[in-house]
Amino acid sequence: MTKELLKGNVAFAEAAVRNGLQAYFGYPITPQSEALEHFSGRMIELDRVFLQAESEVAAINMVYGAASSGVRVMTSTSGPGLALMAEGLSYIAGSEIPVVVVNMMRGGPGLGNIQPSQADYNFMTKSAGHGNFHPLVLAPANIQEIIDMVGLAFELAEKYRTLVMIAGDGSIGQMMEAAELPPMQEISTARPAWAVTGAVGRAPNLITSLYLGAEKLEKVNIRLQQKLATIEENEIRWQEYETEDAELLLVAYGTVGRICISVLRAARQQGLKVGLLRPQTLWPFPTARINELAAQMQGVLVAEMSAGQMLVDVEHAVAGKTPVRFYGRMGGVIPMSAEILEAVKQVQEEVS
Amino acid sequence: MNTTTQIPENMELVYQYPDSMTKTYTHYCPGCVHGIVHRLVGEVLDELDLREKSIGVAPVGCSVLIYNYFNVDFVEAAHGRAPAMATGLKRTNPDKFIFTYQGDGDLAAIGTAEIIHAANRGELISTVFINNAIYGMTGGQMAPTTLPGMKTTSSPGGRDCKIAGYPIKMSEILAQTEGAAYITREAGTDIRSIRKLKKAIKRAFLTQIEGLGFSCVEVLANCPTNWNMDPWESMLWSKEQMTPYFPLGTYKMREEVKALKV
Ligand SMILES: Cc1ncc(C[n+]2csc(CCOP(=O)(O)OP(=O)(O)O)c2C)c(N)n1
Ligand code: SF4
Repeated sequence: MTKELLKGNVAFAEAAVRNGLQAYFGYPITPQSEALEHFSGRMIELDRVFLQAESEVAAINMVYGAASSGVRVMTSTSGPGLALMAEGLSYIAGSEIPVVVVNMMRGGPGLGNIQPSQADYNFMTKSAGHGNFHPLVLAPANIQEIIDMVGLAFELAEKYRTLVMIAGDGSIGQMMEAAELPPMQEISTARPAWAVTGAVGRAPNLITSLYLGAEKLEKVNIRLQQKLATIEENEIRWQEYETEDAELLLVAYGTVGRICISVLRAARQQGLKVGLLRPQTLWPFPTARINELAAQMQGVLVAEMSAGQMLVDVEHAVAGKTPVRFYGRMGGVIPMSAEILEAVKQVQEEVS
Repeated sequence: MNTTTQIPENMELVYQYPDSMTKTYTHYCPGCVHGIVHRLVGEVLDELDLREKSIGVAPVGCSVLIYNYFNVDFVEAAHGRAPAMATGLKRTNPDKFIFTYQGDGDLAAIGTAEIIHAANRGELISTVFINNAIYGMTGGQMAPTTLPGMKTTSSPGGRDCKIAGYPIKMSEILAQTEGAAYITREAGTDIRSIRKLKKAIKRAFLTQIEGLGFSCVEVLANCPTNWNMDPWESMLWSKEQMTPYFPLGTYKMREEVKALKV
């Protein structure tokens, strides 16, 4: 295989197609519409299911229906669409079926704008719908990573029968980069035993999130929490850059994580002992590792395209071991590496 | 029909559970039309040999537990979203028989967009739509189909159409969509109507099997509990009060549907 120049939205869509995606339902919204457009051609050409729904409410419920029958299915959207999907996301979590959702974050609140943002961090990691649940949230920082994470997302969704979200942002969706797509995978015709496929030679299957008795529903909740605990034990992913001798830790994910690699290089050139931790899963979060690293740091700087959402998780992880500071831009503004470097220097001055 | 039951020689089998249904009591109030329509659906599933091919989509409303009464795979949709879930199921399982069963709050208020677009796409699903002019499950609030002047817990002075708008006529609306193949409004409140209703359900299901387009059977029903009537009174009220506003009849039937042998 060779690398080709790919736009983020097209890259993840094609990666999904090659990972044996059987159905895609979606509704156009910038900055992810190229994905829907790509699916509209490719899925039909391959005799698979593509349908442009009448809304994100319908799209996620179509996904819910298809997933109930055990096929590989996904949707993609951005903030305002994700808000409409929240109902379905909760039902999907409650009935424990595997679904993958890509959210290319844009500026909010409200209609906001179509520039890149990371302001849906809390939405995705903490409250993607009513009730007790977390989706597993993957955070790619470049095109190759989003391609690879699509395969991983399906694998994890099916392994744990859980909702997996990919947290991209407008810039990852829109930028072009050389990357390698996976080989074409055969579509699996096998259906899991829990799926609704027609009750032939077995008792009827039921996909539901309804449990009328309080104690019954509590049991379901406990089981769900146990599953989430298993996911937390096994699936935390992150990348570290020059943390061995670092005295100041940068924590950033996605596009900002990528920018912070440049910040780190510039800082090192100026003799600052900076390291970077880039979470690749936002939930579960690399809490223990950040806590461990905090012990050797004079300070931690969190950088985000938000008002400081992941910041709270980092503060929780650091647990007072060292000062935590924040640098954020909002409304679709991408921070320049020079700005973050300036913030690094300020933290350095403050703590030394 | 289930023929495994042992019948003494001097007796004739006149009544039994359809194979497609579970042998259990329902949670419906005495005299509620939901129970009657369930039975008809069960009989039709048996007669068309659909049980093993079927995936039902349950609504949110009094019939939220419909899956307890059918020997059939089921999914439980969010309020109003049954047609979207059914779409996802049918598109990925074109060889299966997919039906939704929905109330008027479910189909004609919160799920209006989903049902109209499913119909308009000609989605190969069948819908049984129970119009009882009220929100049964939540305790008798006004429905989109509540009649003018009708008292409910959220229209205590009677529905004032200047404030609340007018009862919505879904069959008339669905019949306008290009993708709909068979749209009919029947009643479930007297024996003749019930016989006719069963035929309509059968025609609707055959419409899907033959791949002719979207089909929906609206059933004028009752809710004795929240109408504050006894079952008999509610049946009469449904007939006398609902039928003038919601005229019975077939609102759309494509030629190919008409040609179906029912
Ligand atoms: C999103 C959402 N909003 C509101 C409700 C509460 N709710 C449950 S059933 C129902 C109305 C049901 O009425 P209908 O569809 O007419 O069915 P019936 O109970 O009369 O058979 C409502 C409003 C809900 N479950 N979900
Ligand atoms: S509340 Fe009304 S609709 Fe619900 S079961 Fe009772 S009679 Fe039927």
